[in-house]
Order: sequence, then C-alpha cells, then structure tokens
Amino acid sequence: MRKTKLLLRPCLMLSMLCIATVVLAQQTFPVNGVADPRTGCYAFTNATIVKDGQTTLSNATLIIREGKITAVGTSVTIPSDAVVVNCSGKYIYPSLVDIYTDYGMPTRETTSGTTRGFGGFFQQQFATNTKGAYGWNQAIRSQFNASEVFATDPAKAKTLRDVGFGSVLTLDKDGIARGTGAFVTLSDLKENLVIVKQKATANYSFSKGTSTQSYPSSMMGSVALLRQTYLDGQWYKTNPAKEGVNLSLQAWNDNQSLPQVFDASDKWSVIRADRIGDEFGVQYIIKTGGDDYQRINDIVATKAPLILSLNFPQAQDVEDPNDARFVSLRDMKNWELAPTNPGVVEKANIPFCLTSADLRDVKQFWTNLRKAIEYGLSEAKAFDALTKTPATWLGVYDKVGSLDQGKLANFLITNGPLFNEKTSIIENWVQGEKYEVKEDLWNDVKGQYNLVINETNGPRNFTLDVKSANAANILSGNDTLTAKLSYDGKLIKLSFSTTPARRPGGNGGGFPNGGFQGGRGGRGNAGFRLSGVNNGDIWQGNGEDSAGNAVLWSATLVKASQNEADTSSHRKFPLRLGKVDYPFGAYGWDTLPKQETILIKNATVWTNEKEGILKNADVLVKNGKIAQVGKNLSDASARVIDGTGKNLTPGIIDEHSHIAAFSINEGAASVTSEVRIADNLNPEDINIYRELSGGVTTAHILHGSANTIGGQTQLIKLRWGVNDEDLKFKGADPFIKFALGENVKRTASSQGNTRYPDTRMGVEEVQMDAFTRAKDYENQLKALPAATRRNLELDALVEIMNKKRFITCHSYVQSEITELMRVAEKFGFKVNTFTHILEGYKVADKLKVHGSNASTFSDWWAYKLEVQDAIPYNATIMQKMGLNVCINSDDAEMARRLNQEAAKSVKYGGMSEEDAFKMVTLNPAKALHVENKVGSIKVGKDADLVLWSDNPLSVYAVALYTIIDGTIYFDRQHDLKLRKEIASERNRLIQKMIAEGRTNPGAMTAARPSLQVILHCEDDVDHQKGLLETGSYDDILNQNQ
Amino acid sequence: MKKVFLTILSFLFFTALVKAQDDVYPAPQQKGILYITNATIHVGNGQVIDNGTIEIKDGKITKVGPGITASGNVIDAKGQQVYPGLILPNTDLGLREIAGNAVRGSNDFAELGDWNTNIRSIVAYNSDSRIIGTLRANGILLANVVPLGGMLPGSSTIVQLDAWNWEDAAYKMDIGIHFNMPSLLIRSGRGRFGGFTGMFQQGAGAGTDPIKDALNKIDDVKKFFREAKAYFGESSRKETNLKFEALKGLFDKKQKFYVHCDQVKQMLVAIDFAKEFGFNVVIVGGSESWQIADLLKQNNIAVILNREFNLPTLEDDDVDQPFKTPYLLKKAGVQFCLNDDFQEARYRNLPFNAGQAVAYGLSKEEALQAITLDAAKILGIDDHTGSIEAGKDANIVISKGDILDMRTSIITDAFIQGRKVSLENKQTQLYDRYMHKYGLTENKN
Repeated sequence: MRKTKLLLRPCLMLSMLCIATVVLAQQTFPVNGVADPRTGCYAFTNATIVKDGQTTLSNATLIIREGKITAVGTSVTIPSDAVVVNCSGKYIYPSLVDIYTDYGMPTRETTSGTTRGFGGFFQQQFATNTKGAYGWNQAIRSQFNASEVFATDPAKAKTLRDVGFGSVLTLDKDGIARGTGAFVTLSDLKENLVIVKQKATANYSFSKGTSTQSYPSSMMGSVALLRQTYLDGQWYKTNPAKEGVNLSLQAWNDNQSLPQVFDASDKWSVIRADRIGDEFGVQYIIKTGGDDYQRINDIVATKAPLILSLNFPQAQDVEDPNDARFVSLRDMKNWELAPTNPGVVEKANIPFCLTSADLRDVKQFWTNLRKAIEYGLSEAKAFDALTKTPATWLGVYDKVGSLDQGKLANFLITNGPLFNEKTSIIENWVQGEKYEVKEDLWNDVKGQYNLVINETNGPRNFTLDVKSANAANILSGNDTLTAKLSYDGKLIKLSFSTTPARRPGGNGGGFPNGGFQGGRGGRGNAGFRLSGVNNGDIWQGNGEDSAGNAVLWSATLVKASQNEADTSSHRKFPLRLGKVDYPFGAYGWDTLPKQETILIKNATVWTNEKEGILKNADVLVKNGKIAQVGKNLSDASARVIDGTGKNLTPGIIDEHSHIAAFSINEGAASVTSEVRIADNLNPEDINIYRELSGGVTTAHILHGSANTIGGQTQLIKLRWGVNDEDLKFKGADPFIKFALGENVKRTASSQGNTRYPDTRMGVEEVQMDAFTRAKDYENQLKALPAATRRNLELDALVEIMNKKRFITCHSYVQSEITELMRVAEKFGFKVNTFTHILEGYKVADKLKVHGSNASTFSDWWAYKLEVQDAIPYNATIMQKMGLNVCINSDDAEMARRLNQEAAKSVKYGGMSEEDAFKMVTLNPAKALHVENKVGSIKVGKDADLVLWSDNPLSVYAVALYTIIDGTIYFDRQHDLKLRKEIASERNRLIQKMIAEGRTNPGAMTAARPSLQVILHCEDDVDHQKGLLETGSYDDILNQNQ
Repeated sequence: MKKVFLTILSFLFFTALVKAQDDVYPAPQQKGILYITNATIHVGNGQVIDNGTIEIKDGKITKVGPGITASGNVIDAKGQQVYPGLILPNTDLGLREIAGNAVRGSNDFAELGDWNTNIRSIVAYNSDSRIIGTLRANGILLANVVPLGGMLPGSSTIVQLDAWNWEDAAYKMDIGIHFNMPSLLIRSGRGRFGGFTGMFQQGAGAGTDPIKDALNKIDDVKKFFREAKAYFGESSRKETNLKFEALKGLFDKKQKFYVHCDQVKQMLVAIDFAKEFGFNVVIVGGSESWQIADLLKQNNIAVILNREFNLPTLEDDDVDQPFKTPYLLKKAGVQFCLNDDFQEARYRNLPFNAGQAVAYGLSKEEALQAITLDAAKILGIDDHTGSIEAGKDANIVISKGDILDMRTSIITDAFIQGRKVSLENKQTQLYDRYMHKYGLTENKN
C-alpha cells in the first residue's frame, strides 16, 4: 500500500481510517465507519540484517507485529499471519536516531539578535512577558515541554525519513533554559502514538532566543543567569514562602534528573558550558559548533559527551581577488578542516552522536557524512553515533537503536551496505509502517529488455536499454534513441521517437516529467507513448503511437547489467590539509612557545626601581622570573639577545582594556555585579597579538560602562595561544567595574532612557540601594545561612565591603568622583581606582585623602559633554599631588601605543621620562595589587619584559621582543616569517576554494567578509573604524546564517 | 618656559582669576620685517637648513637660508627646530564641537539629502571652537573643513586657525567637491554599518543586493555629473540649477574631486570618474590604497590617508599595516598626505601620525612633508603655504625638539601669515587654574 501523503490534520478522522492498522486493542478515539483492526505482521526474509554495530546476520529474517520487532535471526519461524517480504540481496539496518532536532515544533519568526550585546538599548523590558506563575526571566523556559506542543509534520518527517532517520529527539531551540525535549518517531501516526518518551532531555543554551526581556544581553549575563538559576532552584526546594509558586523553578528542579543537553555554538562555549556544569555537579551532553578540532585537548578535558553537527562551511566564491581579500585565513582554514571534526573527536575517544541539525538542507546528510568519513571518521563509530549512542544517552535503547525483539519496528531496507556511496535506502519502516524512499530500487531495473509493441499491423521489436529508473535508450539498428522513462517501482511511463532526435546526444533525463516532446506534430516523426506496470519480470501495458493509434506492449528482461564496484571507501587521492595552529587562524603557533633561559646583554634597562635607568646592563631570565640584573652577566644555557643600543623595560600593563572577551557590557540592568568577564574570555582575539607587538604583557579586561555597577573584571597576561583559563593572571585580587555619568544615565540615547537612573542624582541612589541591600543580605546570611537565598549580585558587593574585591570606576567629572568616594566611605571601603577620571585634576587633593588610584587618558577630550574640561595635563597634576597615576587605553588600537601615550605627559606638564613610563608599567601594577609580581625589573619578579628599538617613550620606538614569564610571545623576526606563511597559506586555500567552486558551483556561496569584532566601553557609541569592524559577536553569527 | 612664566605671574597676582578662552586674542596683522635666526629649518620639501635664518615681511617669507643678516625684530631659535605650519587635510573642525552624535546642538557637519554639492562648509565654521586652540598649540595652523552629509556633501574650505570669524579664517574658499562613495562590501551584520563609508550609513532593505544598490547609486552620481556637464554646455539657461552651478570649478579644474572611500573596488570606481570627467581626483580614506599603489600612481590619483592610528582591516594583515601604508605609497610614488581624524583626541596628534610613519619606513623629512607641503599640494594651496620658502605665507612653527615625536614636540612659537599666534587655549588655562589651586609649579623640561 502506498502511503497517502495527504495526512493533513484537518482530515484527522479520515486519516484514522488509514492508520489504524497497527493499533490494536482499545483506543479512545472513536472510528467514523467500520473498525479495521490489523496485526501488521510482516516477515522480511533472506536479508543481511545489521542488528547493531557489532552484529550482522546473513540470510536472516526479521519479524514485526503491531509496530514492534518480534523476532530477528537466522532461524526464526515465520508466523502464519505474516506478510512475507523477500529481501534477497537487501540489507536491513535499524533506522537512524537524531538526537538534536526541532521536528514538529512550532515555527516562529526568528528575530536576529540585533539588541543583544547592547542591552536592548532601545526597547528596555525589565520584566518577563510570560504570563502565569513562572519565574522572573523570560529566557528561563524550564517549564516548557516539547511533548505538549509537538505536532507531527509529514513533510518534515519525510525529509528526515528519506535520509534514514526513524526517530528523533525534538526540542524547542529557544531560550537559555529550554525545558524538556521529547523523543518521537517519524511516523505519520497521530501524535499520541508517536511520542516515545515525553521528557527525554532538559535543554540549555547561552542564547536567550526570542525572549524580549532585556536581561541578559550578553554572554556573561547568560552565564550569570544560569548560575543564579541553579542556586535559586536549590533554594526553592526549601519552599520559601516569599517566592510562592514558581513553576519555572519547580520544573527546573524536576528536569535535573533528565539528561542535560547544552547547545554551545563554538569551542569556547563548549568549555564554558562544561565549567558551569562542574560548578553544580552536572555533566552536560554538549551540542557543539563543529570547531572542536581546533582545541581538541581542551575539549577532551571537559569529559563532556558531544553532539556533532554534520554541517560544514561552504566554499566561498573567491575568484575576485578583491572579494577574497576580506575572507580571513581562519574562515578558510575552518572550511578546509571542519569535515575532520567528527574524526578528530572520535580519535580523541570522546563519546559522540551525530545530528542532521544545522544542515542547510537535510538532503546533504549523506554527502556530508561520507565527507566526514573521508576525512577520518570511522564507519563503525558513525553508525553507533546515529543509532545506539543517542538511544542509550536518551534512555530509549530499549525501544530504538538496534534490531532486537521488543523494540520498535524502525528499520531501513537498503540495496547495499549503508555507507557505500552507491547504496540507497529503499524503504524506511517506522513503527511497523512502511515509508517508501526509493521504491524503484527494490528491483534493480537496469539492463536490456526486449520491448514488443503490438501495432495494428503486427508486433514491432526494440531493444530497451534501461540505465536507471529515469533513464533509458532504445537501441534500434545502429541508432541509439533517447527514451524518456519514469519508473516508480510499480508504474512505468515510457516514450520515445523512432527516428534520431535532431540534436544528437540529447539527454533523455532532460525531459520534464510527464511530457512527450518527441514525435507529436514534429514533421511526422513516429514514436510511442507507453504506460504500464511492472509485474515482476515482465513489464506490460498500453499506449499510443504518434498517429494516435492504440497499442499494447510488453518488455522482458534479457540481460541485467552488472553493478559497478563501489569505490567510495577508497580515497581517490590522499587528503592534503593545513595544520591546526594555536590560536586557530593568522599568527597562531604550531606548538606553543616555551619558557626559556634568556640573557639580554648590554641594554639600557628601565628598572622602575631605585636603581633607575641602567646603561649597558644585562638581565638574566630563568624559570619565568628575573634572575639577575647587572653587568657582565653570563649563563651558558641562556639564549642571548644583544641589547646594544636598545632599551629593555618591564612589560606594559593596560589598566583598562576590552579585548579578549566575547562580551563586555551587560547593560540590561543598572546593577549587574553578578556577571563576570572571566566567564567569556576569548583567547583567540587577534588584538592580543597586536598588543604584544606594542609591548603590552598584562591587561585588565573590564566590563563596559553601560551601567552604574557593572561586572567583575579579569586580569590577564597576553599569553597568545593558550586557552582561556591559562590567559588569566593567577593569584591577582578580584576587581569589579563601576561607572558614572553619561554612559550609565544613557545621555546619548536619542530614543530616551527608561532605565533608572537618568541623572547623577539617581546614580548615587543606585549605589546606596545596592550596598544597603548587600549589607542587609550579609547580615541575614550570617543569621540564617540555610534560609537565605544565595544572591550572586549581592555576594560581589559584600566582597567589596569586606575589602575582598576592589572597584575600578569609570568616571569623568569632579562631582561624580566625589560622590562615589562619599558613598564608599559610608560603607567603610575605598574606591580602589578611578579610571578615565578626566577631571581628576580638579579633585586630586580629595582623591589623595580617600586613597584612590587614578587611571586616565593622555589627551582625550571633547567627545561628549562630560569631557569638555578634560586636559592633557591631568596626569601630571595628579602625579604632582602624590596620586598613583596610570595611563590606560580603553581602545584596542591605542593599547599598542601606550608607551607613546605615557610620553605625552612629558610634553604636557613636563613629567620626567622615568615617571611617565611608570604610568604604563609599575603604577598600574600597584593599582591592580600585583606590583609584587610585575611592573618593574627586579630580581624575583615575573620576567615580563619588552626590548625596544629606541627610547620607549619615543614615537620611533618599536617593540622587538615581548616576553611574558620568560616566554617569548612576540619576536619581530618571527613575525616577519609568520606574515610570509600567512600569505602562502591564504593563497593555497584560495586556490583550493576556487578549484572546488569550479568543480561544484552549486555548493559554493558568495564571498563572505570576515567581520572583526572590536568591543567597547560604551554600549551606545558607534565606534566603527575599520572596514570590517563590528561591535558584537552576534553579528558574526548573523552574517553566517 | 612660557607656562612657567604664566604660573609665576599667577602667583604674583594672587587674586587674578584665570582667563576664559575668550581672552585668547587672534593676533593682529604682521607688518614690517621679522627674523627667525639660528634655527634648524625643516623646509617641508625634504631639505634641512642648519643654523638658518628666515626673513618675514608683511606676512610673507622673503628670504630663507644660512648667511642672512638679521637685525631689529629677531626671534632667536637657537637649538630649536623650525617647521612649516602643519596642515590638517580633512576635518569637521568648527562644525562639530563635541564628537560623535552625543550633543545634537553641536552638530553642523551633515546636511540632509544626498545631493548637496551647493553646501559650503565655511559658512558654519565656528572660529571660536575651543578645539582650535589645542591644535595651534601643537603646530597645526591650517585645516580643510569638510562637510559630511549625503553622497555629495558639498565643498570644503581651507581655514587658518587664528581668526575672529569665518570670513577672517577662510584661507582658500571652496577648494573642492566631496563624494562619499557607497560601500561595495557586503556586510549583513548591523545595518547601520552597511552603507556609506561616511558618517551616515544606512542598511540595505531586506532582500536587496547591497552591492547592486551601491552601484546604482554610483551610476546616479555619474548621471548627475553628465547632466551637469551638459548644463554647462548650454550658452543660456531658462532655469538656474544651484546644484550644478556649484560644480563649475570642478569642470574648470579649479576644484578637486575628493572621493571618500577605503576599498579597492571603490578606488577603481574613483579612477573611472577621473577618466570619464577629467576631474582631479583625490582619495580620502584610502586604508586599502597600498594594495593598488602602482595603479594610483599611474593614474595620478592622490591620497589623503585619513587614519593611520587604526587597527589592520583583517586579522591576517600585518600588525603594523596602517603604520606602514604611508611608506608603501611613498615607495610607489603616489602623492599622499596624512590626516588625523581621531575623534577622542580631536586631531591634535597629526604630527605624531607622521612620526609613527617614520618608525615604519618614511624618513623624518618625508613624514614632515606628508603633513605640510604634500598636504598643501593635494589641497591646492602649495603656492601659498606648505613649506618655508620665499614668497609663501609665513606659516611657521618653532619647537624645542623633534615635532614628530611626542617626547620632544614642545611648541614654543607659531606664526600664521607672520602673525605670532597665541598658544594658550582652554586647556592650558585650566592647567594654570589648578596648578594655582594646589600651589604647584611646572617642571623644567
């Protein structure tokens, strides 16, 4: 029976008539008409049955009944009521399982994340839009259950079945907590019968999806929200009266017992997700972005089972050199290497499943799977990853994933081994129902037939040469006439002209289906249009000749054609692939540089210590530390660098930076002390390397200035190539970013600000309120630790009051600077650092009394109203007043020239050169409480050093070497070598893409400029400076969609 | 030195209130003969004269060289460096007091509409802008004030930076017509970054091909110029078209055509404009110009490099690409000059842009030329300024040390048309005010 494709939901009752076949016993749904109970018992005999990855049975039989497998084996008894299907020459496999789909989920308009990263600046929404007794945040949808909205979708089911899937996990890919996923089959039966497991997974991501609520607006905010929700969930178990009923938290807790599946869009998100899991004793199954191969050791370390997409990047059209110019090496390398990902993951012994998720077209599934196999994935693992593994993870291996008695009758019938290129899936049975995929291949129709057409004046013989179900020729004498054939496994349409076509070599496959363009009316060309049916070995039917006379016809197989050998498993040529480097892309290392013993000889050494500037001095570096400073030093094991005529200084420390992070501002609320830059470090930001080339060794990565109390900061060393954890400056005191003035009151918004505060008056009240709440919280926590809800926002503020966390505060005008000092004094702490502080010179005396550090710009001004009184003499005045003064960048470009910025205080106000240079080295080290480790050249301190070509304050000075912990991370000579390598590797990949584009134009996409993300302090200023520059990582995701 | 003096003064007159900028007066016309002696003179054309003398008469340089006898009104520049006044070749100075779009009231730089050829920047130029004094103090004495609104934002005017009003300030009126070339780069990120390379960037509508849209707009501009050309072909006209009339100088080659663009494809289009209309084309921006330097040279296209203190375009690029672009243009023989459009420091770092180019390949005198004589040539004012040569206006800066290096660039005197201009400004006054408050004294440099 050919399954009707018209199972439309409005025709429910009608369809019940058809699909009641497997439903025995009772059901609640009344039948409109006469009951039609059937057993659905089938016996598939003489097949090669692959029960699972380990067991293959030859000449075996599979028995199914009522939608389930009742027996599999080589000696099973065929029930008397079974319909016997002879599967001689066929293979039977368990239908595949896709662990990550949104099959049958409601479709919705996708709103791209245009407001993300910018705090929903123009449409601030503070409360959730979700109606009901749910939680406070719209992106926490733990109460959602996929099974409750799941509706079968015959069209989508068919596309998945056609590539071999029989059952899938389906979830709504929306929100940070996405509720539960359901496990369903791809049967067209009513939903009630299709759902195998209502709650099979609990799902999470970092993307708030369609939530219109402003918070969270950043990666850090997403992490913080997850973390707080775990805590809230635990607290909710105590039935807190104040919370009442919270269905989101209740569901959150209930869902914890399910497999926890996290959708991570890239390798760093995989690592980040796993860390959150570790904090709360959860091991996520992680769906990755397909770039795991770029950091496989870090991925292994997570111990997370992975879900891998088979979506690989497309080749880009880089024929035009001006288009190719803007495609980065990183993107081209990923295009080349992404297909290695499943193989790399397999070799790393990471358990994994494969999914069709993210494919541009599900039909690419096999093409891409075979590509992954060609690039190193084993067939055995691929098979497991699509059957047993997902079924086991989801707790449904008792139902699907292998062919065993009692499991669902979900299986594929193929005409060869599943992974062979020439093999096709003929039928895909789901829950005992047959779904035809390529039924025409059940019988191999290829071969020569004796075609007899009985015309009125007698039979006429032709030789019909069938090439495939859709291609055939008529051999008539010496002529080869192109026929038009259409064979669907049962019915046949055949037409041809008895004289050669006017255009020789015309391809029969080129005719549109169902038309006949040969003879009719065309200069009396004779021909036939035949219609018939395949009755086993004989085809027969009726037809007309071109004159309109009725004919009868038959065709008998004379000679079957030989199957061509399958060559897919033999690679035609060895793969030539580029290497994975660290970081992935331009300027990466093959292997990370190592700590060395280094002796810098005969340099001018700026010690920043009481020794001052030493002429013709030597510095010895050992084990990452400065071992000796003096003259005529020697060490036989040392790499010697000649410093003659050059200047050696401590590495530059940037007190205020926004590089190396995936997000900077969580601007959705005025107090976001719970968010942490550390949660979203990006150790592959090219600006790390660029700043190394400008002598920077340490940078303080700050939250932006979008709100009064921003997020927790992270001090890093610019160890180019390491992972996010190793980027951190170990053992440094924790800091937090505050901000004042125009940015936090959103003065520049042309749309008006609706977020409190809107004035500097309100800013003070936000601070007062936050610290008052924190004080009360701390007291309550002490009094009733068990009953108090852990509040990560207030925890950070309590740390400040207890001098365990320190503030660096974005500030400009004198009124606000004084205001914050007074608030701090009320709560018994001091403001560690005022950053920017362009009017610091007006209150330098007060700052001195309070005890703050000052970190400022050299000469910025007049870019907003609050910096109208900024002067380049600011640093000098504050320094003269005895403050510890730093010059910071707040700008990825300027950070490369902080030495020059320091020099401007020599120009403006006549600061001494030594003091000026301290403003970008020792002084920030003091402000950041790390002066015992860095900031000067002193025996025992970290060997963070820069060798300059000239006086480091000169515009002509260029960093030749930048050394961190005794490891050379930047070497100008090596840099020149890398440039050449980048050029040649770019060229190789461009040529390779062009070649692929020419052989397979359909698979190619337009060249896509690789956007360069530069994050900034403000959340409202259009800072774009470069051609490819953008202000949010979301823009890259959008661009790639 | 001067500040030391001022500081001492403010101590002497204890009650004296610090002046507002309003007390910084433009200098009166220079009359008679003035000498600058014993100087190391950086002429601006590559030449350096040691121990030289400059004779200035009624605002003009009359003699330059060693062995000139000086008497009377003499400024002894012994041990100091003397330079031509620096020229800022592309700026919104005087049109926008506060950068960005933070304060709408301070914005006078972008008119509505795309076809603004008749717009003239000079009439909105605020000669009392507080930014001007900070530029003078760093040796920047002339600027090309450019409007920014729309595809054809209008004409720019060269101003001298010591004036009572805009008529006073105008050094050369309406030197050229500007064209903000639409972007030929597909970017599907935020729409606001997708449009023009200039200030106002609009995203393409959904489903449209942004490149095609841009090419259509460029065609519209060409059509506009073709019709303008035909308009001038007519001997008499029934109706006057002000937008066309504004292009007369362009067709007469009295004005240049300043095409604001960065991408190679855009620059190819600019060359096409030069070929079709015979315009003197200058590329403004040109961050990617190093890629087609030879082609620009072949076609005599000059470049104003708008932003040297910039990150490389792509992560693959050489980390110092923007810094060495001037050298690459020089090597290919392209005429170019350097600009500073850094909004946060408001353009005062022009000399240090040149200094940075020295660290990455140019010689010091070549770098100086890129902010003096070559800028003057590109702006069409080299017959009046750009170098210290007889016959030119006495636009001169004296520095204690190398003007290109912030470590030594301390300006002691500046002259515009021979007038000794004040180096005081709002910032030096605030400095004095708070040095006074705390009783501090300046270090000797």
